[in-house]
Amino acid sequence: MSADHDVSFLKPVGDYGQGGVFSAQWWRGFTTDFWRWATTLDHKKIGVMYLCATLFAFFLGGVAALMLRAELFEPTITQQVTDAAGNVVTKTTGELFPGWQSTQGTVTTNNFYNRLFSLHGTLMVFLFIIPAVPAAFGNIFLPIMIGAKDVAFPRLNLMSWYIYLFGGIFAVYSLIAGGVETGWTFYTPYSTSTQWGSVTSMVLGAFILGFSSILTGMNFIVTVHKLRAPGMGWFDMPLFVWAAYATSIIQVLATPVLAITLLMIVFERTFRVGVFDPALGGDPVLFQHFFWFYSHPAVYIMIVPAFGIVSELIAVHCHKRLFGYKAIAFSSIGIAAVSFLIWGHHMFTAESPAANVIFSALTFLVGLPTAIKVFNWVATMYKASITWNTPMLYAMSFLFNFTIGGLTGPPLAVLSTDIHLHDTYFVVAHFHYVMMGGSVIAVLGALHHWWPKFTGKMYNDKAARWMAVLVFVGFNITFFTQFFLGTHGMPRRYATYVPEFTHLHQISTIGSWVLAVGLFGHLLIFAQSLVGGRPAGRNPWGGLTLEWYTDSPPIEHNFPHEPMLTHGPYDYDLVVPPGWDPADYPLPDPETVRKAHGH
Amino acid sequence: MTTVPVNMTKKPEPHETYVHGHHWRSAEDEKDAAKLGMWLFLGTEALMFSGFFCAYAVFRMLYFDTWHESSKYYLNWKIGGFNTLVLLISSFTIVQAIRGAQLGRKMMAFWYLAATNVCALTFLVVKLGWEYLPKIQKGELPGGFFTYGHGPAGTTHDQVFLGIYWVATATHGLHVLIGVFIIGWCMIRTMKGHFGPKNYMFLENTGLYWHIVDIIWIFLFPMLYLVG
Repeated sequence: MSADHDVSFLKPVGDYGQGGVFSAQWWRGFTTDFWRWATTLDHKKIGVMYLCATLFAFFLGGVAALMLRAELFEPTITQQVTDAAGNVVTKTTGELFPGWQSTQGTVTTNNFYNRLFSLHGTLMVFLFIIPAVPAAFGNIFLPIMIGAKDVAFPRLNLMSWYIYLFGGIFAVYSLIAGGVETGWTFYTPYSTSTQWGSVTSMVLGAFILGFSSILTGMNFIVTVHKLRAPGMGWFDMPLFVWAAYATSIIQVLATPVLAITLLMIVFERTFRVGVFDPALGGDPVLFQHFFWFYSHPAVYIMIVPAFGIVSELIAVHCHKRLFGYKAIAFSSIGIAAVSFLIWGHHMFTAESPAANVIFSALTFLVGLPTAIKVFNWVATMYKASITWNTPMLYAMSFLFNFTIGGLTGPPLAVLSTDIHLHDTYFVVAHFHYVMMGGSVIAVLGALHHWWPKFTGKMYNDKAARWMAVLVFVGFNITFFTQFFLGTHGMPRRYATYVPEFTHLHQISTIGSWVLAVGLFGHLLIFAQSLVGGRPAGRNPWGGLTLEWYTDSPPIEHNFPHEPMLTHGPYDYDLVVPPGWDPADYPLPDPETVRKAHGH
Repeated sequence: MTTVPVNMTKKPEPHETYVHGHHWRSAEDEKDAAKLGMWLFLGTEALMFSGFFCAYAVFRMLYFDTWHESSKYYLNWKIGGFNTLVLLISSFTIVQAIRGAQLGRKMMAFWYLAATNVCALTFLVVKLGWEYLPKIQKGELPGGFFTYGHGPAGTTHDQVFLGIYWVATATHGLHVLIGVFIIGWCMIRTMKGHFGPKNYMFLENTGLYWHIVDIIWIFLFPMLYLVG
């Protein structure tokens, strides 16, 4: 093993000359390092590249969301008014984007709004949430957490990153070339017949991104099966690994169905195959079945890794053995299994009553494994010595938001209430509480939890705590109001509304600004940490899983020697965390522990 | 004891000096992982084609008569049957190629791979020349491009049947074409001596891929050609 394998994976190796990265010859070193990153097989580097790309997509999608909220600040009202000269003129107020120009001519505010929410949806779903946790954090940490040097197929891993980039280019091209107005669900027959925009290239982009997702999933399944460190049985794996494993199963089983569905839309648009086109005898509802057969499990691709993150956050920052390890592990697999049986609840208004009853009943099943997780996390926090740092605040924020998101699911699963609530802001608020309040909050928690590990730098925890509070408050102002909007009958995907809704919409928009300030604050704090953060050390939080045994940032091969597992991932009552002084970490009497756990 | 001069010893073939990836504990682990990964990939392939099978089943239920009549009218089971036979033979030859690698018989592996590719190309030529081209000339095209005019009596949605026929067989044909290139690559690697009794994983995975391509055809053939 050459010496450069023992240094941090982030360390530049190029020849930057005397002045370092700011010298006149900086580009020489830069080309070396750029090529090294572009051709790397190191899972950590690939993960960091994924992280940057997904966060960039999050930024773009977030800007689109802010623009949507800004348009909704005032209702669009067109009325006849008498101007100063005494003429009656038609005047429209409250439009944010009147007369927008695009490559396909002038676009009305309504068209522009449709494109914005489609842009927001496609970017956030396909380019951000789906790859953010599995591909970014999974790549960086899954191999380290099981004590492996790399994922099972490093070349395939690099390939899936380039497939992701390629798909991303298709998506961005589609947005520049006119965008799509179909929403991220591409419902037929609108998506197969509309001449507006660039549905074909957007759908192809999503198809390509699906391959990236499948390959990452396959890679992780094989990695977990074959590359665990000696001594690590299935129930010695950290729960993040369990969650990533469950997610990978869903990715591998569901994404191919999406692939063929999207491919059929492309065929439909280019060869007019007629499978989804009612004019030719096709069946548009069949598309909805195909689409949701993937996209309902995809919802769990987005949230199950977040469960894994929250398990890690709560165990590490409560310094306590997780309550119900096996229950949490199996409930991840349970969610993966149930997720394939409930796609029909997206079509309660488009399928037979008998199917509705079955899907409604099955939908309630998913509440069980999710509730098991939430109760276990809360039970872990009972009588724990909790450190109230940023990651822990995010874990609390997750529990609060996700519980609201979860409990607003049953009203939508009950047929009689769903008839009133479907396609309203209630649904929008419900899935944003799960996707944003759950997944995105967990991503932010993971960023703060593992930032010191993969950059080696600490951030300003006090400032980050304030920003976490801002994000929490801003998020709840934005989306809690939308529950009221929905129950009062505000339909989703409209650029305007009746004036009665103005106050609630304005509160929601102001909330989105608070949220934006919080997120931007986090960006500044991380930038400051990169430039001037103090070294984090191996184990700033006192974690016990394997990633805390290696350097921060980890060395090229993760560990100097293959790690040998001697304790479980959450044995906080038996082991002093690596790098910690036993004097600072008084362990309980072993006899008490033995009695408490019965082993 | 006589010593063989260094310049006269046989240069070891690449498969004899193969070193497994640095992140594996042994070549055995690496092999197992490659196989597991391949089986997962086969699962995704089956699921992808399940979309066609599902669409087929739904429309067969909706337009039963059309399905029954169109199958007889537009498709010739003899051509489809010939292609089925060709693919079945190719499944046998690729297994023999793997056997050749396991026995360390390079030329056996090479020629059986070549036979497999001959079968694959036969399949494609028959498909294109005897099915696709006449269909294009007659206007028996999918969905909106369907211009054939008068199909069999009692059918209403021939274009949807042909739509599914075209997309399913074309997607399958694309898999056959990809297989031709992968098997061609295997032939090159065989001649370079990359496969031997202990190292034939790539060849075996190619065989697995080829089998799923066959199996999908084994399902497509009766569904499209024989239901009438």
